[in-house]
Amino acid sequence: MIKLTNVSKEYAKGGFALRDVSLHVKKGEFVFLTGHSGSGKSTTMRLSHMAERPTSGEVRVTGYTSDRITQRALWKIRRRVGFVFQDFRLLPGRTALENVSFVLEVTGTPRKDIVPRAQRLLTRVGLTPKAGSLVHELSGGEQQRVAIARALANSPYVLLADEPTGNLDDRATRGVMDLFWDINANGMAVLMATHDLELVRRYTKARVLELDNGRLVYDSAAA
Amino acid sequence: MVGLALYVIGLLGLTTYNLQQALSTIEDRVQIAVYLRDDARQSEINLAQAELGEIPEVRAVRFISKREALELAREELPEFSELFSDLEVNPLPQSLEVELIPGERSQEVVERISAAALRYPFVEDARYGREWVDRLFALRRIGAATTFAMGSAFAVVAALIIGTALRIAIFARREEIYVMRLVGATNGFIRRPFLLEGALSGLLGGGLAWLMTWATYRGVYAFLFQLAWIPPTWIFAGLASGAFFGAIASALAIGRHLRQV
Repeated sequence: MIKLTNVSKEYAKGGFALRDVSLHVKKGEFVFLTGHSGSGKSTTMRLSHMAERPTSGEVRVTGYTSDRITQRALWKIRRRVGFVFQDFRLLPGRTALENVSFVLEVTGTPRKDIVPRAQRLLTRVGLTPKAGSLVHELSGGEQQRVAIARALANSPYVLLADEPTGNLDDRATRGVMDLFWDINANGMAVLMATHDLELVRRYTKARVLELDNGRLVYDSAAA
Repeated sequence: MVGLALYVIGLLGLTTYNLQQALSTIEDRVQIAVYLRDDARQSEINLAQAELGEIPEVRAVRFISKREALELAREELPEFSELFSDLEVNPLPQSLEVELIPGERSQEVVERISAAALRYPFVEDARYGREWVDRLFALRRIGAATTFAMGSAFAVVAALIIGTALRIAIFARREEIYVMRLVGATNGFIRRPFLLEGALSGLLGGGLAWLMTWATYRGVYAFLFQLAWIPPTWIFAGLASGAFFGAIASALAIGRHLRQV
């Protein structure tokens, strides 16, 4: 699904974000990527949907390899990988339904199918009553649910979530995490970056990877 | 702003078109007068008339007898009509008037045909107002070069204005563009609305420029002097190039942005 082989990432300003990292997120896995701020979690997430290319080594995402990536392949990867951010990144001034519909629209879903599918996705994340609400009228937890519905719009193989609960209170965090587990239970791989170890400890069934200073220092599957 | 830049192009177009009209009126008068000796035989004149008429650039060769020349002089110069009527001997020479095909009235053609006419022994002189022809063509060259240079400069200004406006629009919608890229929208899909917006800005700017140019034309026509309105093909070409430049400017602006996100 997502495979990093001896990946290093050095930034132009100098300094390594990742050093010789190898990891493999397999189909249907739930993986926590943990580590302190600056440990390389976000870089790993960006490499995992080819928003960046490694300085050395190879990233393989849903069958596409980083050193031979074309624009067309990039579009395909982006449709196979859903992405959820800490700050939601929803389109302001639009409703929850419009935010989800927008993705279906830009990826070429037939016009007549867009609204019914968007509504189904919102039902999936438990937001049917809020479909017509503007996103700024929603709570943080609800906004993150809209973002998850949006990430699921293209029926991706894997869901990437970069600190998705970072801006949420405990109750909203539990709701969002339950949703991620539910999605994973239906066969979708989830790679979630978080620095919240308390959260990681609560979900003992998940695989845990730990980064420290750009190096992979722990993998619960190997332990 | 776009409308103003294109308005300058519209004014240039109006000026150029009228200059061109004036020049072609003058150019229509570019003909060669081949003056013949009084002792030239009619058979020789007929032969020369036929031979000159066979030159591809020549539209017609008309023989003007001495009497016709005098009548023409009386008609064209009425202030001297008394002088002409008092003449005992007609001083005007007989001539062949060589009329050229439009578009073939260049200095080179005129000189070549004059030289050919002068080779006949019974030809006294061949005149075409050389200085005027030289000036006419020089004026036309300067006019064309000036219009091209200024037109291009203002077209670039219009494109830059559209480009800047679109960069602001792109900046305002950067989050939307980012999400589009994130979920796998193709570059073509992302570009399309901006290209349309750019083309529309160009088209609207062109339309506004057209209205302003027309108002100027009406004003000049009513209060200063008569002039001709630009032909529809020019207007259409102007609007089409406005839309084209708008689309190009936005393609450049969005292209740069897409490389960055």
